[in-house]
Amino acid sequence: MDCVVTGGNVKVLAKAINSLSRIGDELYVEPQEEGLALRSVNSSRSAYACFLFAPLFFSRCRLCSVQAVFRSLATLEKTVEKCHIELDEQKNRLTFTLHCKHGLMKTHNLSFQDSESLQAVFDKDSYANVFRCNPRLLVDTVVHFPPSLEEVTVSVSDERMWFRNHVEEDADQSKAMLTELCLASEEFDHFGVKAHNGVTFCLKELRGLLVFAESTGLPISMYFDEPGSPVVLSLTDSVLEGNFVLATLSDDPNHPCTPPPPPPPDDFMNDDIDCYLIAMDTSIAPGPSGAGPPTPPLSDSLCSKPSAAANHRTRPHSEEEEDETADSGRPPNKKFCSLFFGSVLPASSQMTTQPVTSQQVLASDSEEDVQ
Amino acid sequence: MPLSTQSQADDEQYVLVASLDNARNLSNLLKAITFKDHAIFSATPNGLKVTVEESKCLQANAFIQAEIFQEFTIREDSVGFQVNLTVLLDCLSIFGGSTVPGVSTALRMCYRGYGYPLTLFLEEGGVVTVCKINTQEPEEPVDFEFCSTNVTNKVILQSESLKEAFSELDMTSEVLQITMSPSQPYFRLSTFGNSGNAHYDYPKDSDMMELFRCDKTQTNRYKMSLLKPSTKALALSCKVSVRTDSRGFLSLQYLVRNDDGQICFVEYFCCPDEEVEEE
Repeated sequence: MDCVVTGGNVKVLAKAINSLSRIGDELYVEPQEEGLALRSVNSSRSAYACFLFAPLFFSRCRLCSVQAVFRSLATLEKTVEKCHIELDEQKNRLTFTLHCKHGLMKTHNLSFQDSESLQAVFDKDSYANVFRCNPRLLVDTVVHFPPSLEEVTVSVSDERMWFRNHVEEDADQSKAMLTELCLASEEFDHFGVKAHNGVTFCLKELRGLLVFAESTGLPISMYFDEPGSPVVLSLTDSVLEGNFVLATLSDDPNHPCTPPPPPPPDDFMNDDIDCYLIAMDTSIAPGPSGAGPPTPPLSDSLCSKPSAAANHRTRPHSEEEEDETADSGRPPNKKFCSLFFGSVLPASSQMTTQPVTSQQVLASDSEEDVQ
Repeated sequence: MPLSTQSQADDEQYVLVASLDNARNLSNLLKAITFKDHAIFSATPNGLKVTVEESKCLQANAFIQAEIFQEFTIREDSVGFQVNLTVLLDCLSIFGGSTVPGVSTALRMCYRGYGYPLTLFLEEGGVVTVCKINTQEPEEPVDFEFCSTNVTNKVILQSESLKEAFSELDMTSEVLQITMSPSQPYFRLSTFGNSGNAHYDYPKDSDMMELFRCDKTQTNRYKMSLLKPSTKALALSCKVSVRTDSRGFLSLQYLVRNDDGQICFVEYFCCPDEEVEEE
């Protein structure tokens, strides 16, 4: 592999790698027909990101070293004129050569390991709800939540979208602070709602995408379906496409779910309260349609964040296969769905490749080319 | 200035009196060499030299010429003592170290001689503080025997470009390798970290390169942990000269401009980690 990145694109590449580093520790580099894909996944497989750029092939190298190359973004923008990336297969080495101002040349030779293709299974076009907006809108929304906030719940009605911080049911309600923002459909470039759903996902990974989007100014498209299905955020332009796929909390289909208290009524909300309550009710309906018996979402792959996992870490793996086990006296358990990956990855005996909804099933055999 | 109203008779008991209208002109420089607690002070009629050493492998010197001081009186050919540098720096910034322009701490540093403490009179806004710091027997600084005649390779670079390289250096590398050569790659800094190696090449015709005098290709490695403190001096400086001698010893000389635009020098000597002839 041999490719060169010049001018402003070096910064874009750097920011993309920066965003990927907020997801996982390792960078998967894969050249495809459509271009060079850079991907990352977190350890619990509940967040995945992929940037598709320009030329050809396949390896994996340690992200921390790639981050070292692009660590100082401010100077990168000002001094790097050209970036040349090449792969030496014999020596198992990936080389980044940065041509900088004043004739300075920085060469980074990074060792890498071969690995299998990393591909999340998702079909955003089949999702019920699709939105598109300027990244500024999401950045301005997210800024209202404390940086330490783990999860955010996004719910929609025909005309509005709410962002609310997610608080565990067993958290002390009297001490919890609830923050909620409401965005009107007019603020979006596109607001297509088919199902009044609410999904909860990790905010941290979203922030990684927002940093990238804000710097490039590309509109963000957001796709989501019902709880348990991943939420997909993507950006595209003529030379790149980025997709961030984040797992969402799934409501346990076998337990009655207490809907979160409706927001305090005010002039804006009154006419939507009924819809809102209905939306909450529908979110607990048994999940996948047309896929036979509801497969318990992959609850053993928990979100690694402490707050979500707090309830779940105590549960051993085998128990988690049985959603139906009633834990009397305990509030219904919510679990993060992990994402389904199309290839066989090591030590993933608990993973299945069964679809959650009527999504396309992608091959689990690593040798098959997935796309 | 209040401090100068000190009785002139007192001055006769001091072997060294040095005054600065702005103590930062001293403290900033000392911060660039503070990697150990203790520093050896050596004063001659030419000025003040402060030395800090690490395991006999690294030595840093800060030079403040007599002309930089508003008053510099020395009654002996050479005056030497050792003090705790951290304590000294704390005293110099005793008024909080504010960087409001026009407000500065005035300093009068006095030393009576062997066995006496170092006395600092510090004044800011009419408030005077007196600090007395115990002195110790000065150790003999290591003589690295680095002389100009033995210098094989020398480059002078504008600090700006080196600052960037040093801030990005892979700290998982135990050594920093410096290659200087009359041919490609001319001047190269290399690291060998956990995930791979990295090279920073400065061509001899770069506009950052003010002087390039390399006769022989030399590659030497230095422990990263030893060189790390030098980044403080680099941050303050506008130019740096990098020299190696026939033994591979490294001399880094930093040209620092103080608050008043006057020039001071900081120098680091480092011995090589291992002999590497040519690559």
